[in-house]
Amino acid sequence: MLTLVNSPSPDQQNMARDLTEVFYRQMYTIRKVEQNLLDLFAQGYITGTVHTSMGQEACDVGVVNSLDRSKDIIFSNHRAHGQFLAYCDDVEGLIGEIMGKETGVCLGIGGSQHIHRENMYTNGVQGGIVPNAVGAALAEKIKGTGAITVVFLGDGTMGEGVVYESFNIASLWSLPVLFLLIDNGIAQSTPKHLEHAGELETRAMTFAIDSASIEADDVNKVYSTACEVVNKVREHSRPFFLHVKAARLGPHSKGDDTRSKEEIESLKQKDPLLKISESLPVGLRMEIEQKIDVRIQTAVEKAMLASHPGLEQLRRV
Amino acid sequence: MEKDPNAILLGEDILDPYGGAFKVTKGLSTKFPQRVFTTPISEASIAGLTVGMALRGMRPIAEFMFGDFITLAADQIVNHAAKYMGMYGDQMKLPMVLRTPVGGGRGYGPTHSQSLEKMFLGLPMFHILAPSHFVHPGEILVQAISGSYPTLFLENKLLYPEVLKLEQHSGVINRTVHFDEHNYPVVVLSNFPDKRKADIAIVAYGGISRLLGPVLNQLAQEEIWITACLPVSLSPLPIKHIQATTEGIKKILVIEEASPAFGWGSEVSAALYDAHAGQLDGPILRIGAANSVIPASKPLEEKVIVSEEKILSAVFEVMAW
Repeated sequence: MLTLVNSPSPDQQNMARDLTEVFYRQMYTIRKVEQNLLDLFAQGYITGTVHTSMGQEACDVGVVNSLDRSKDIIFSNHRAHGQFLAYCDDVEGLIGEIMGKETGVCLGIGGSQHIHRENMYTNGVQGGIVPNAVGAALAEKIKGTGAITVVFLGDGTMGEGVVYESFNIASLWSLPVLFLLIDNGIAQSTPKHLEHAGELETRAMTFAIDSASIEADDVNKVYSTACEVVNKVREHSRPFFLHVKAARLGPHSKGDDTRSKEEIESLKQKDPLLKISESLPVGLRMEIEQKIDVRIQTAVEKAMLASHPGLEQLRRV
Repeated sequence: MEKDPNAILLGEDILDPYGGAFKVTKGLSTKFPQRVFTTPISEASIAGLTVGMALRGMRPIAEFMFGDFITLAADQIVNHAAKYMGMYGDQMKLPMVLRTPVGGGRGYGPTHSQSLEKMFLGLPMFHILAPSHFVHPGEILVQAISGSYPTLFLENKLLYPEVLKLEQHSGVINRTVHFDEHNYPVVVLSNFPDKRKADIAIVAYGGISRLLGPVLNQLAQEEIWITACLPVSLSPLPIKHIQATTEGIKKILVIEEASPAFGWGSEVSAALYDAHAGQLDGPILRIGAANSVIPASKPLEEKVIVSEEKILSAVFEVMAW
């Protein structure tokens, strides 16, 4: 396993300080949007399901910001709100979508788990997006665009066979794809030790895919590692497997958490939002939070007033 | 592949000198070495890769060595290929083709002889095509990959050695071609020269075409007049074109290679009952394979799958009504 040493130069340190504010904005936006979504669900304004990214914001923000948004491609899964907001900051589009309104980024047809904007695609079935991401990486390699593809996986997804087929092909054909495993240690209600034999960190190594493992409590750390990894993937046109240990602070979806209060309280000690907030002056932080609160409130109000999509907006055959 | 640099081919054992289990891709890896990929035995990922490539503007064509293996790619077909075009509220195109040999008659046994298309019929935003030797399969393949939809392209194994029959008149058989809403051919055959109404309309597709030539010839000798309709597109079903062909004919026989229960023929029959209510002499007869595994033993396999004899006896049964 590669050791990725986080030793930023002074220039990078300055840049990182500037980035902290950007990262905080994004992470706070994600947290607040997710909290609003859970509230809206509880109030009956959202149907279906909502898988929140609470606790995983450092991973979503750190990884997505390491990409070249003009060309890189993201595939993600059922828990993709955080990555989506980090990618395009479309608060209105996301809230509208999840509320099933035509102002949603996919007209309310896709909902929480099926979102697409520009080069980001999500789908709700575990594992299936992985060969799609490998195919996208192959397409971009053939086209010579220099784009890389990142695909977000969860620890639960590592039970799907197609993931390993995709590891094999990505390595065999030297494709520029980053397999990004967010390991929150629990799949819906089932803890990792009831699902997986052996370690997840080393799963891709047998396919000759370089791998690394980091914690997701510090966004700056995730970001610098992700930048290094993304550069490697792009430069060498090789796959990479990055295992990120994260805490799922919220339920799997809506309110279905079966973990003990003590366990969740202990996870909250690792809350990446708390960590980054401590590095910002209180005044600045309050100012940022206030603006974002207003922005989200406005987006919710707009979605409330918006219409639902009509049958004519569905494609047929 | 000459015309479009975005056309990419992938599949198992497709490289020269082997050129694929049925030799369909022979020569292509030599001619286009950068665009032909031999894959591991990973059907789910082969389908998944084609979806990913199509999402990114390529026009990938994947070969599944046997149609039976398509079940391994079912999640990619149902939840990925068929969903991306419909669930994002945009006008995305997803041109990709999964080609595969289907059908029995070669003694391959239960898991290498099936026609499993019924598992995917009716799936929105997913097309299923089955050319016969009365159309040019290569042209239809080019049409599919130049289009907008993810497509399953079924090649009946026993049609591979057949000579294409594209002429307007061949002995007693006349061939005309209509085009459906997606511009795929609907072939209409008849075994009589004039404009009379046929005694029986036959609706079928794919490899059944191989049997229809001899059957129509023999029935002409017995002065039993047949109009046969062979749509290339199984799903979506070009039902208006089929109905126009069967209109005014009192007896209808629907033939498919798979077992008929819960199948293509059921859908065709239901639609034809709707269209021709009260105008038919009797029930629509459906025939297909026996509802069993397809046995490896050749003589037993012949009893299970559709044959000329079975079609003829079905015709005589319908004529007796």
